[in-house]
Amino acid sequence: MISFYLNGKETRVDADPGTPLLWVLRDHLQMTGTKYGCGIAQCGACTVHLDGHAIRSCVTPLSMASGRKVATIEGLADTVLGKKVQSAWHEVDVPQCGYCQSGQIMAAAALLHEHPHPSDSQIADAMDGILCRCGTYNRIRAAIKVASGGEK
Amino acid sequence: MNALQNPSRRKFLTDSTALLGGLVIGFYLPATGRAYAAGINPAKYPPDAFIHIAPDDEITIVVNKSEMGQGVYTSLPMLINEELEADWSRIGVESAPVAAVYNHTHMPMQLTGGSSSVSSSWEQMRQVGAVARVLLIRAAAAEWGVPEGECHAENGQVIHAKSGKRSSYGKLADAAAKLPLPEKVELKQPKDFKLIGKPTRRLDTPAKINGSAQFGLDVYLPGILTVLVARSPVFGGKVKRYDADDARKLPGVHGVYQVPTGIAVAADGFWPAKTARDLLQIDWDEGEGGALSTPEMFTGYLELAKQPGLVARHDGDAVQGLKAAHRTVSAEYEVPYLAHAAMEPLNVVVDLKPDHCAIWTGTQAQTMDRAAAARIAGLKPEQVEIHTTFLGGGFGRRANPRSDFVSEAIQVAMAVGKPVKVVWTREDDMQGGNYRPMWADRIEAGIDKDGRPVAWKHTIVGQSIVEGTAFASFMIHGGIDATSVEGAATLPYLIPNLEVELHSPKNAVPVQWWRSVGHSHTAFVVETMMDELAHLAGRDPVAYRLDVLPSDSRYRGVLQLAVEKSGWGKLPAGRAQGVAVHQSFDSYVAHVVEVSLEDGRIRVHRVVSAVDCGMVVNPDGVRQQIESAIVYGLSAALHGEITLEKGRVMQSNFNDYPPLRFSEMPAIDVHIVESSKEPSGIGEPGTPPIAPAVANAVFALTGKRLRRMPFGKENLA
Repeated sequence: MISFYLNGKETRVDADPGTPLLWVLRDHLQMTGTKYGCGIAQCGACTVHLDGHAIRSCVTPLSMASGRKVATIEGLADTVLGKKVQSAWHEVDVPQCGYCQSGQIMAAAALLHEHPHPSDSQIADAMDGILCRCGTYNRIRAAIKVASGGEK
Repeated sequence: MNALQNPSRRKFLTDSTALLGGLVIGFYLPATGRAYAAGINPAKYPPDAFIHIAPDDEITIVVNKSEMGQGVYTSLPMLINEELEADWSRIGVESAPVAAVYNHTHMPMQLTGGSSSVSSSWEQMRQVGAVARVLLIRAAAAEWGVPEGECHAENGQVIHAKSGKRSSYGKLADAAAKLPLPEKVELKQPKDFKLIGKPTRRLDTPAKINGSAQFGLDVYLPGILTVLVARSPVFGGKVKRYDADDARKLPGVHGVYQVPTGIAVAADGFWPAKTARDLLQIDWDEGEGGALSTPEMFTGYLELAKQPGLVARHDGDAVQGLKAAHRTVSAEYEVPYLAHAAMEPLNVVVDLKPDHCAIWTGTQAQTMDRAAAARIAGLKPEQVEIHTTFLGGGFGRRANPRSDFVSEAIQVAMAVGKPVKVVWTREDDMQGGNYRPMWADRIEAGIDKDGRPVAWKHTIVGQSIVEGTAFASFMIHGGIDATSVEGAATLPYLIPNLEVELHSPKNAVPVQWWRSVGHSHTAFVVETMMDELAHLAGRDPVAYRLDVLPSDSRYRGVLQLAVEKSGWGKLPAGRAQGVAVHQSFDSYVAHVVEVSLEDGRIRVHRVVSAVDCGMVVNPDGVRQQIESAIVYGLSAALHGEITLEKGRVMQSNFNDYPPLRFSEMPAIDVHIVESSKEPSGIGEPGTPPIAPAVANAVFALTGKRLRRMPFGKENLA
């Protein structure tokens, strides 16, 4: 039994400690907002926060989450910053197919937590690991700027 | 908003019109639709609905197209509500079940593809909305005892201005549902549109930014097992023998089963299934597929390109024209296999019972998939229901004419005997075939003394996508698959001697439509050759094209608009521009791109795009689709290729099949040509002209012609 704090709530899971956090969230907890895209930390669809930092849950074993704080897209609206990011995403109408957007939003929220007014290169560094096949990148940049209170 | 999460509510919509006392408008298409198969009578099928009005005024639009990012869950409700006049803020969307009433208006099947959702639903959905509005007004007029003509509908209410009476749709729906359908309704003139043509936020955005949007992979049923299938490493291979002892011993593994496509491992979740699959030992009988290697295939294709093929277009005499030409140029092109690589890997959930089968998946092709599932399971199609979830990208892959992923999932469900979720890993998805075909092309072209093109001989070599499928009967004529030559046989330029020929070799690699289908390769070939001819003639590539386009051609408008907005010819040092224009799915797109080289690699800084897709339903949706189509095409132009060595696919994941990333993204400006023509396609037409525009810009910058995709392979330093 491994326990961690999921979106602020203590959560216990009976799973092999080597199981990637992604599949614990999805298969064990049915928290399906976090997506599987590649399994090798190449696409970022599985991005969640571990103690506030954006990580790829597809290559993070459950054991690493033990006793720590995990935040997923489902809990994002619980924070002021999270709400701001989601509202910017809505304003700019970012998603198309939407599959990568949980990862995009979680990566953007972690970036804005660290850099409330990120530069273009900080944005590119933070977002380069999250793939979008629908090509929403320019809208993602615009939404990050809206969320940071800057220009689109 | 996302009612997809509540299957029981969705089921209600399809099962009954009476339970909640709401209004359901069943709308049947006239049976005169051009491709309707003889004998199909929609009235034979149970009535079904597009609009549900609940007593609390909540309105649900049932959309018969799959939402894969292209915005149909917004654009089709916009069409309905233009006439329905409901309160837009109370409108929600649900996906349609499979039923004849939800068939494509041009085809006897439910299908999302060919950039046709808006154009084929343009009249149908407005009529649906108008019929509902008329019934609601009639119900109100009857209740109030006033003439129908004195009432009007506005923002979800029927209003009788004279008396000041008003009633909401939710209160009127019950009575309206009991009235006979009007025989005819008048549709608004475009000048009266309130919603169509206005930038409108997507209805699916809220669910897609909080994790609640349900994709196929997100469906869980009680007792469901996750299944991964070990498939042949070469196309067409079969299992000779296998050893699953180690796999079976793994905790969480329920069983290992042989199915027609390989060996299936069923387990409690993805991770044990994946871990166990890695432990399988399988000997494969590879068959002929093991002989395929990309370089040899291209060599064979290019040899074929020198031979006469089937004639797809024949104007004048290209051979004589080339002989008589002042100057000629000849070029060969290579375009690789491409995977669709949608962000959501393929997956299917199946709950198979002796007399019923329920499927949850993101499919673009419900009717074909249902027929395949029924055939395999030994059921009638009506015993199979498909719940179409959101699609994490489609790009054509999820409209498989062989129903490959659904068929396999039914076979798995039959073997396992429990509810299953068949999940393809990214590697499975990328190595699973059903690619955009690889193509080799050869063009010989000539100009006269004035530089005008006088002869053009284009030979195309590549597999047919539709041969052997249900689409062959109306898409292959005289041995020519229309999708193989589209964009080439339809070359718009005035060239007196023009020949387009086709070879369609066969091999074991399954091929399929990929965003913009044949245009994805023909636009690259013909638009780079036009650029080459302009340079041969010493002309500006824009002026050259305008000189040889018919005076009434819609190509002209987009070309001129993109060029005008791009600041053509005004650039900082180290940068160059390229242009291309193409028509596909009845829409016209021109791109002007601005490139430079960074460490010998192509950097695309900016794309200025102009599109003419007729009347626009949602301008913001059009912009999104052009942005999307550009990125999809750029990923292919710069990086995308699937190659084979001894039948094995050499790419496996995003590390070796890299889509465009955030840091590579160009600025994109989209300009829309105003038009009063009926709407045409928008999901795909932005893709074809991006690769040639980039190649032409690279030529302008370096003097080097790019005739092989992807361009990232070329050494330009």
